[in-house]
Amino acid sequence: MQPITSITAHNSTQPPSSQPIPASEKIKYLLVGLFGVGLWYALYSQLHRLAELLAFSLLGLKPGSHLGESVLFFFYDTPKVFMLLTLIVFAVGIIRSFFTPERTRKILAGKRESVGNVLAALLGIVTPFCSCSAVPLFIGFVTAGVPLGVTFSFLISAPMVNEIALVLLYGLLGWKVAALYLGTGLLIAIVAGWTIGRLHMENHIEEWVREMHLNAAQIPDEQLTWADRIGHGRTAVRDIVGKVWIYVIAGIAVGAGIHGFVPEYFMAQIMGKEAWWSVPISVLIGIPMYSNAAGIVPIVEALLGKGAALGTVLAFMMSVIALSLPEMIILRKVLKPRLIAVFIGVVGAGIMLVGYLFNNII
Amino acid sequence: MEIKVLGPGCAKCSEAEKIMRAAVDEAGVTATIDKISDFQQIAKHGVFSTPAVVIDGQIKCVGKVPSKSEALAWLKG
Repeated sequence: MQPITSITAHNSTQPPSSQPIPASEKIKYLLVGLFGVGLWYALYSQLHRLAELLAFSLLGLKPGSHLGESVLFFFYDTPKVFMLLTLIVFAVGIIRSFFTPERTRKILAGKRESVGNVLAALLGIVTPFCSCSAVPLFIGFVTAGVPLGVTFSFLISAPMVNEIALVLLYGLLGWKVAALYLGTGLLIAIVAGWTIGRLHMENHIEEWVREMHLNAAQIPDEQLTWADRIGHGRTAVRDIVGKVWIYVIAGIAVGAGIHGFVPEYFMAQIMGKEAWWSVPISVLIGIPMYSNAAGIVPIVEALLGKGAALGTVLAFMMSVIALSLPEMIILRKVLKPRLIAVFIGVVGAGIMLVGYLFNNII
Repeated sequence: MEIKVLGPGCAKCSEAEKIMRAAVDEAGVTATIDKISDFQQIAKHGVFSTPAVVIDGQIKCVGKVPSKSEALAWLKG
């Protein structure tokens, strides 16, 4: 007969391979990881030289010529973006294996509003959920007693603070722009959610949601090993890089075209600081546009290089990734039109504010 | 056996359904597979991250596409 302890040691839902790894395994993972990052960095630091070699020596293009600069931009940015993307998506995949929507809900349920808004915005970055889960997630949060405003902070931050956008901004425009994006994205999610909470619009949620009494389902809590978590990272790379590579290349190609052929300061008149109307128009244009963060950032970089103002361009990017028409349509199933309008209004206003702020201080 | 795949209908949800169908064929069990995309029905199961798989009223996984070996283990278990 089997001793009882061996049964309790295993959760029935987990695959039999899940054993706690011994310390020596952990050290092995750590060493392999360090070696990998070292190799990654060595290659990364040589990319510009390789791109020059390819564009100017091998293809014989002239440095400084329109075509030469475009081709160099493409050959340099494409591998750079892919290397950054792979590293970050892998790391984020591992971090996300520590969070689930169920755990996040447990943390947020019963939190006071202001604290809850901040927590929700932060958790929005690291909680994995498929974008089409937004509606079930909304129902799950609201019925579990997560305040409406806190739920919104989560739903705004999740798409707005996007790890792909963050890494691309860092790689193409430097850490300052990336930090600005991260900080203001979080701030918009916190303040917009808080504002929606202050407006007390609970009765603008569809009746059937409010009447719903969820019996908290018994959902198996998975016990993951480090091997599982690394597997999560790998799956994330395969899924995300496999999905966005085409947008990245298209984005970089458009960016390369702008970079080499559009005259300097051309964008200054349309998207420059002096054109005050450019911020609201950028936000409006961004709403129906639905693009991947991966495709939009190379274009952003190219626009900036041609004299577009940072605030305007950031506002445009945030609007494209955070306010999407398909999401609004799907949220209509649980929210009445007025609440959706308030959602768009508050988030849009926040994005515009960020746009003006950066146009005026930088 | 009654299998339900819960999900509004994105790529991941249909992948989960495909894997469950393949697993049922491979395990050779008789089972009905329903794809449930109505939000109200999904919520009634107490599930809020999709795709999710429910077998005979018991939630097997939420928020991810199961692997085929996982699915086979559920069918045999």
